[in-house]
Amino acid sequence: MRALLAVDALSRRYGSLVALDRIDLRIGEGERHALIGPNGAGKTTLLDLVAGAARPDGGRIWVAGRDVTRLGPARRARLGVGRIHQRPAAWPSLSTLDNIAVAGARRCGGYRRTLPAARQLLSAHGLPDVTAAQLSHGQRRQLEIAMALAGRPRLLLLDEPAAGLSAVEFSQLSAVLRDLPRTVTVLLVEHRLDLVYALADRVTVLRDGQHVATGTPDEIRASSTVRTAYAEAVI
Amino acid sequence: MRWLIAPAVLAAVAAPWLADPYTTATLARILVLGLVAASVALLTGVAGLPTLGQTAPFAAGAYAAATLALHSSSVGVTQLLMGASVGAAFAALTTPLVVYARGVVFLMITLAIGELVVTAASRWRSVTGGTDGLAGMPSPRPLWGLPILDTDRARYLYALAVVGVVLCVVVLLLRGPAGMYLRGCRDDEARMRASGHPVGAYLAIAYIAAGAIAGLAGSLLVTTQQYLSPADFGFDVAALLLLGVVIGGAGSVVGAIAGTAVVLAARDWLSGLLPGRGPLLLGALFIAAAYVLPRLRFMLRRVVA
Repeated sequence: MRALLAVDALSRRYGSLVALDRIDLRIGEGERHALIGPNGAGKTTLLDLVAGAARPDGGRIWVAGRDVTRLGPARRARLGVGRIHQRPAAWPSLSTLDNIAVAGARRCGGYRRTLPAARQLLSAHGLPDVTAAQLSHGQRRQLEIAMALAGRPRLLLLDEPAAGLSAVEFSQLSAVLRDLPRTVTVLLVEHRLDLVYALADRVTVLRDGQHVATGTPDEIRASSTVRTAYAEAVI
Repeated sequence: MRWLIAPAVLAAVAAPWLADPYTTATLARILVLGLVAASVALLTGVAGLPTLGQTAPFAAGAYAAATLALHSSSVGVTQLLMGASVGAAFAALTTPLVVYARGVVFLMITLAIGELVVTAASRWRSVTGGTDGLAGMPSPRPLWGLPILDTDRARYLYALAVVGVVLCVVVLLLRGPAGMYLRGCRDDEARMRASGHPVGAYLAIAYIAAGAIAGLAGSLLVTTQQYLSPADFGFDVAALLLLGVVIGGAGSVVGAIAGTAVVLAARDWLSGLLPGRGPLLLGALFIAAAYVLPRLRFMLRRVVA
């Protein structure tokens, strides 16, 4: 399988804190790959670096064979890197339809050309056409997923999408993520391991910015190294 | 609030037949400053870049149009084009200084640019007449072959037509994708970047467009006032414009004109009724704008809904 995302010796420091230490990662096209680890493991930092929201102190990032290490977040988004943030990020003064259309505009030939697809996404996610400020937390999460999909991403970065969702919203989210087409490669950061094991083809475990293990969900469940590194109770 | 537009336009057209020449000239000045306030609202309310520096492209456009009027052309449309071009060019030149700044830093840099332009206008006597001002600009004709605008009423109606056309264009543009992209930059810049939008380019275009509008208003000032002085572009004017934008609702370019009208009415008419208390009235207006207006707007929306 061709690697859609390749990360080589990626490092990032915040002052004296090493958030990521020479991490290598390969994610194949269409793969669902999960990043897990305790708080402070470097998961969100890795997503920030892949999305271009932060610059690495060392290492390289390739998306679809192109070195994107020096590109800003907007250029990476135009290459097909979509992201869902830990806290749902939408434009509160715009309507839900406009949020989706604006989010997809740069990858789909402009706002007006994106509108038909935006209407479909709005309806598929069961969202009302109101201003985004009026939505509940769960609806905002749904909106952000619709916004990310409007940009027809090749690589979708999901940063704790299940955080703060009710049981009903969680099952809706699981269904949406399960139904994503295989043309979309997914890198998921999530504490809800039931979602991780249900969705991921492979899982990478990080701890204190270090790579601990990579394997299938079954291999990760069975790994004694992982059990030691990542609190037993959580596994 | 849309139902207010038709009566307001009718009243604006009828005003010069109902008012004396002084009031008509004051209304023309309100229109000109209202247009500059619309450019402030475009930056402050729509794009999220609070500015105190729109008096700078306003001055650049005014002096360029005045120079053209004195030495070359007395056709209004060429003066408008000259004012808009010079205002846009001035904004384009200062874009690298401001477009990477946000919030209070943007406010301070634009304030500094505005003050530098006023200082330059005071010192560059050969072009601007210095603090004595620049006078003697002839009344223009709107287009080749049309009569000269030689009365306060004609100049007011000309200003009203120009402001109306510019406002319609700006409102139409802001209702489309351009307005959404700018509001997106204001609401969450990082999210815009994460969606592939070149935020810096959008804000630079908005800044240059606002410069063009302010420069065009500068050329209208030459037509309506026929006299320019650095005091027309000072800090107090910039502060009044920002106050007008706050009162009119920062996100609305039409509201900015209404807000500016309220501020100038308080300064020029109400202070006549209470001599020496103009600043006090303006201060009270500012406090009312900050504390009362948001609640009033909320209540109005609920009543309308």
